[in-house]
Amino acid sequence: MKEPRHLKNVTTLAYDPDLCTGCGMCAEVCPHTIFWIDGKKARLRDRDLCMECGACAKNCPFGAITVRPGVGCAWAILISEIKGREVPSCG
Amino acid sequence: MVDTKKDRDRSPELGEEGRGSQTSCECGPECCGWTSDKAKEASYFREAGHWIERRIESPVGEIPVVRTRFSRQDILGKVKARFGFGRMNYKVRPGLYAVGNAAPGSPVLVSANYKLSFDSLRRELAGLDAWILVLDTKGINVWCAAGKGTFGTEELVRRIEDTVLSRVVSHRVLILPQLGAPGVASHAITRQTHFKVIYGPVRAADVKNFLAAGMKATPEMRRVKFGLRERFVLTAIELTNPFKYLVIVTAVLWILSLLGLHLLSWKAWYPYLGAILIGGFLVPVLLPWIPGRAFAWKGWLLGMLWAGFVNIHQGLLPPAPNTWQLAAVHFLLLPAISAFLAMGFTGSSTYTSLSGVLKEMRYAVPVILASASVGIVFLAVVLIRAL
Repeated sequence: MKEPRHLKNVTTLAYDPDLCTGCGMCAEVCPHTIFWIDGKKARLRDRDLCMECGACAKNCPFGAITVRPGVGCAWAILISEIKGREVPSCG
Repeated sequence: MVDTKKDRDRSPELGEEGRGSQTSCECGPECCGWTSDKAKEASYFREAGHWIERRIESPVGEIPVVRTRFSRQDILGKVKARFGFGRMNYKVRPGLYAVGNAAPGSPVLVSANYKLSFDSLRRELAGLDAWILVLDTKGINVWCAAGKGTFGTEELVRRIEDTVLSRVVSHRVLILPQLGAPGVASHAITRQTHFKVIYGPVRAADVKNFLAAGMKATPEMRRVKFGLRERFVLTAIELTNPFKYLVIVTAVLWILSLLGLHLLSWKAWYPYLGAILIGGFLVPVLLPWIPGRAFAWKGWLLGMLWAGFVNIHQGLLPPAPNTWQLAAVHFLLLPAISAFLAMGFTGSSTYTSLSGVLKEMRYAVPVILASASVGIVFLAVVLIRAL
């Protein structure tokens, strides 16, 4: 089945190959298998599949990946807006 | 594109492992903490551990051994939680549990203390010897709790120390559900506890194969799915929400009818019912086949088609005399309702990001509000004329 996609070019995911050691943690944790290991470096196949869960950045021991993690949930964003929370989250 | 092989028949039950339950951060309101927190801490073990089979001795005291088959209470509890009854308080006491004849060499699997998450894991461990380390995620499933950080580095370290895990098992390996990764920095766990973290599969259903393969996950096990079946299950849960709106709309119409406005006719009411079902159910189920990317747009599009159908069906369009206002109400309100509800499904989907939804909302919310406001003005005109 084709992988579903939301809007293009919106993700805050950034990856610096210079810091990568090819340990493979990002490939292990990404729920959309966006990262893969090409020999000694991680490679990104399609940034538009990123849902900004933050798993890769959190588990990269070398700080090669950054992303603003958050929930892609309209309700959570509305509620956070109303409650004046800075980062939308559930609950 | 890598690996898009069809895999319908093996399509799992929405992993409680992750979101299943998924109606969660990516979720319905119940799990998003809209409901009251009162008495939340009150009753772990409401039914006092009917799922505990016996206890075994360990160097750190007795450890409960859990059953791997569901009892009637488990199933009843699952159905109730699924439909939002007591979901916020469906918990397991955090700590260490044993499965089968767990020994010092048996693998340790980490789970959340939302009972559905815990249940889906223990059921998959039938016939195996293992340990389950349950973190205190405040009764929230793994993925959502990881997003909030309660399924996180700090809690895992604390739980490893609290349970004196290093004296119970002889190895130093923890298997975490992959969807716990947004909350846990594996290298920090290793540094602080000397336990190595291995991320297991996304779905509990794959745990057995993962273990049998020597703790290796296939790419298929690593990927979150969002097929027709998943969307169906989710919308069933999502509908408990729109249902509340249905009740409100019905109540409003009923009150108006008491005031002498006989608007509670099926004819006046079904357009709205349809718009709600379209936004809450039809759009999610048909998601990949509706053109466009933004959820609100998909909802608006089908809502517009619905409004067109309603207006033709009720003969409201010109040249019919004096009905264009009601037709306008339908064109303005119905797509707005569908768009709004469809937009809410971003939370249940597994592929929308915060950035994406923010961008979508920046366009969609003003349009929905404008359309609904003008629609309500027209509705008022129609109602006043009917007096």
